Amino acid sequence: MPVTTVNGSPIWQRRTALAQWGVWAGWLALAVLFVLCWQVMNKNTIWLFVEDAPRQAADLLARAWPPRWSYLDRLWGPLWDTINIATLGTLLGIVLATPVAFLAARNTTPSTLVLRPLALLIIVASRSINSLIWALLLVAIIGPGLLAGIIAIGLRSIGFIGKLLYEAIEEIDEGQAEAVSATGASGAQVMNYAVVPQILPAFAGITVFRWDINIRESTILGLVGAGGIGLQLQSSLARLAWAEVTVIFIVILATVVISEWVSARVRAAII
Amino acid sequence: MSTALAESRPWKRPPLIRNAWLRWALYLGALVYLLAALNSIEVNWERVSEGLAQGWSFAQGFLAPDFLTRSRDIWRGMAESLTMTVTSTVVGCLISVPIALGAARNIAPLPIYVVCRAIIAASRAFQEVIIAILFVAMFGFGPFAGFLTLSFATIGFMAKLLAEDIEDINEVQAEAIRATGANWWQVINYGIQPQVLPRLIGLSLYRLDINFRESAVIGIVGAGGVGATLNTAMQRYDYSTAGAILIMIIVIVLIAEYASSHLRKWVQ
Repeated sequence: MPVTTVNGSPIWQRRTALAQWGVWAGWLALAVLFVLCWQVMNKNTIWLFVEDAPRQAADLLARAWPPRWSYLDRLWGPLWDTINIATLGTLLGIVLATPVAFLAARNTTPSTLVLRPLALLIIVASRSINSLIWALLLVAIIGPGLLAGIIAIGLRSIGFIGKLLYEAIEEIDEGQAEAVSATGASGAQVMNYAVVPQILPAFAGITVFRWDINIRESTILGLVGAGGIGLQLQSSLARLAWAEVTVIFIVILATVVISEWVSARVRAAII
Repeated sequence: MSTALAESRPWKRPPLIRNAWLRWALYLGALVYLLAALNSIEVNWERVSEGLAQGWSFAQGFLAPDFLTRSRDIWRGMAESLTMTVTSTVVGCLISVPIALGAARNIAPLPIYVVCRAIIAASRAFQEVIIAILFVAMFGFGPFAGFLTLSFATIGFMAKLLAEDIEDINEVQAEAIRATGANWWQVINYGIQPQVLPRLIGLSLYRLDINFRESAVIGIVGAGGVGATLNTAMQRYDYSTAGAILIMIIVIVLIAEYASSHLRKWVQ
């Protein structure tokens, strides 16, 4: 422990002088990086617009309030679509992610050399691309509509569900699998009676958690044409009908809060 | 269980839900919902079959990415995305620390706790894209609006997780520092900060990663970054450029994930 002597009495310090300098250099580097990035980022920023922002915000608020509640009647259909996109997308994600997870888990994969890296690559690729970008691609490929949204949510969910599920599979108690296989069970039976029961609670928790995230994400997919309440949002924004936008925001907020509550309750019940 | 029964009947796994009525009602409900939901999808199969040809050309574009033709747009978008990511993560983390302190019930008084939790809830309630729409409307197009969006979203994420971490600390250490006569500030600095710092660094690296991914998206609504370039490329059916951008996003996310997992190991 570094102790220096000042005026004859020992003073305790947390770090040695060298470590202290290292820490300072690290912070300095971070500060320099921040300033550089700030300058590059704001090369084209028009500060006049930024200074004008409070006035713009006040103007926006004046136009957005009071919300046009009559618009609510036309939102129930899109809201139903949004929930369907999230739910069916989650189901699609589960169907696609489960085999990927079993291929990616070290203890259940049939081949560590070929299939495991491939499964991990699928998981990473799916995770690094946001569902809105998936939707952008799918709308171009299969046309605007619910189907594009569902597939986008499903593809994005593979990475999330697959990653958490394969980690859960790798963490199972091997003793149980061994005990079942000692009774003469086949590979499929070991899977069915020893592996699956152990990961089922984690699986249910992950699914509900992802469903909750998917509800959030499906509310905006319509911005690129993939159906749901986002389509309505897009058209209201295009018409600068901010009073309608407020109603949509309130509906989205309520949906998100309810879905989060449901997901928290279900997870508390399972785990 | 009597032996006679055990002999005549093989063991069966008990069902997840004991009550048979409830179980079947749940199954039936799920089936009805599934049918209703599937029924609400309207698929224009002609459009889909037409689109599959486009899908094929996209796959070709992805396999033969074109980094060069629009390299100026790509680099500008990437530079905006990356700088936006760094600045918003730094600013967001700086702001989130005091809010996290206020949102931890074991060190903050109730009124401050309520205010900080409200800030966190407000920041977490909406998607980044929705916040970006509002900021673009107020601050104009460009990366500055994106920077504000990502900073705002970072605050809710970081403050929530950090506050939970502060609530989970080992109280004994804080108490030991308090017993030496330390004031509130010294308790935070010597009793709590060392316990949560590794997690704070880990979280900020994780958030850096998320912010980059989000920065690729919010460009679609005009908040700068590579998303705008991607959107333009898609609208021009310029799939080889779009493929190039997607590959760059995946590679950068991969590098970031790899680097951050190493850094986190090194810090902890």
